[in-house]
Amino acid sequence: MKKTETATPALVKAKKKRNLAPYLLLLPPVLLVLIFMVYPIGYVFRLSFYDYNPVMPWLNGFKGFGNFVAIITGSEFWQAMLVSLKWVFWEVILQFTLGLIIALLLNQKFKARGFFRALIFIPWAMSGVLTAVLWNLIYNQNIGILNDLLMKVGLIETGKAWISNPSTALPSLILAELWRGVPFFAISLLAAMQSIPTELYEAGKIDGANRWQSLIHITVPQLKETIVLTTLLRTVNEFNSVDLIYSLTGGGPVGRTTTVSILLANQATKSTNYGYGSAMSVICFIILAIFAVIYLKITRFGKEEN
Amino acid sequence: MNARRTREAVFLRWLPLIIISIFVLLPIYWAIATSLKTDAGILQRPVQYIPNPFTLENYSEAWVASNFSLYFLNSLKVSLASVFFICVIAIMAGYALARYKFKGKILFMGMVLCIQFIPHAVLLIPLFDTFNKVGLVGTLTSVALVCITLNFPFITVLMRGFITGIPYSLEEAAQIDGCSRFGGVVRIVIPMLVPGIVTCGAFSFIGIWNEFLFSLMFLSDASKYTIPIGLRMMQGEYNVEYGALAAGAIIAMSIPVLLFAYLQKYLVNGLGGAVKG
Repeated sequence: MKKTETATPALVKAKKKRNLAPYLLLLPPVLLVLIFMVYPIGYVFRLSFYDYNPVMPWLNGFKGFGNFVAIITGSEFWQAMLVSLKWVFWEVILQFTLGLIIALLLNQKFKARGFFRALIFIPWAMSGVLTAVLWNLIYNQNIGILNDLLMKVGLIETGKAWISNPSTALPSLILAELWRGVPFFAISLLAAMQSIPTELYEAGKIDGANRWQSLIHITVPQLKETIVLTTLLRTVNEFNSVDLIYSLTGGGPVGRTTTVSILLANQATKSTNYGYGSAMSVICFIILAIFAVIYLKITRFGKEEN
Repeated sequence: MNARRTREAVFLRWLPLIIISIFVLLPIYWAIATSLKTDAGILQRPVQYIPNPFTLENYSEAWVASNFSLYFLNSLKVSLASVFFICVIAIMAGYALARYKFKGKILFMGMVLCIQFIPHAVLLIPLFDTFNKVGLVGTLTSVALVCITLNFPFITVLMRGFITGIPYSLEEAAQIDGCSRFGGVVRIVIPMLVPGIVTCGAFSFIGIWNEFLFSLMFLSDASKYTIPIGLRMMQGEYNVEYGALAAGAIIAMSIPVLLFAYLQKYLVNGLGGAVKG
């Protein structure tokens, strides 16, 4: 009796000590997130209710919802939102479709598969700025290759300024981002395809399914989770993407390629009206938080952790 | 039957693969070709598809006159320092997630996921203000700190997977032989984790090497520019020197592409849907 009594507190103590270890190990990342993410976001929320301009400090002061009202009643934000929606829609649809085609192609067994896989996935490693430089060299009216190729094929008669023409600027950007973004989908979908058990296809064959039927009835349903995950993540990525647009068009011409994220980045890097910029950040943050909640619900992330 | 097979192979395999490969390679080829042309060759009409005459002048111009040697060094400093700390953090946190059951684990994983959703542009103003107050604005340290924070979450999840793959019984055996828990980690887990650490390191290196937005915001002095900022500035000049710009692009892509060559097989086989932003 006495023995167990003395043993129990010791055991509890040992358990407690062991339980402290994971918290200590997670302390550095949690601190980083608190200092460089949670605090800044709180700061943005606070600033969004103020007039805050480091260049004109005499005007600084509490403004209530003034910044939000200015954003919502102005046209700048809504125009940018429209561009963002177009941008995200086309990027996700096109990247997914082409990514799926590539994954299907590379999921076949043939010689040189490894070679094509390595080759086609290269843009995955490229940055937005780099992609902007590469495509600038293609689109450029004076030194680019696109005009020459299209003229040779007979699709156009005179060279076009693809990036500075308001009607072609956004499609040009979409193509460049497509180039860089496709490998993400191709890689994720191919990996998921390779984990589909081959028995399923054999069973399908016995039931007389042709290639198209087995794609629709076996491959796609098996990929469902990956598709949901990648399309949602990419939606958020593209909504937030700045590098490529900023470097290739800077949001121009006449705002035709100014997405909400570009507007935000311009607010931060070019304007000093930080209160207004912060209020816009808050609006973006709320929009994405709603996305995140939906995302968490659909994918039920972390449920297996129990 | 055989003819049908061949036709199928052509239309369902080789033709699409070749078209896609051209789409992927064209921008890269064109940058290489432009970087090897003389100024006259770049502007020449009809377009020179193959550089003639061939010159390496643009590379020396980018490296020396456009200061890419300096930007390269700065990028290397930021990337290596960040990768080191990310790996240390990811090993610690990944170990905690792989080996312990504790309250708050789901909360931590949720936090890691939420970080993926934060628009980076939102953080620009407050972080600039904060770094300004502590006098870090304009330093490579400020960029590295942000890079570490933005990149560790995904790497931690990756590292957790690698650590889970190492049987715990090996650590237990070491402990029975008199090792402390920490000693077991250092002697058993770390050596077995080397491939995982290399992968995580290569992964985060590519992301940080390519970082643009915060570098643009924080680094105002040209002596601190990283490669993406250097490229951006060259592109924004009034009189763009396209040959040197193309050479700069090739220099910029060299390291990520080499790391990618190492990672690519692993990407499909191991990472699956694991996601790089």
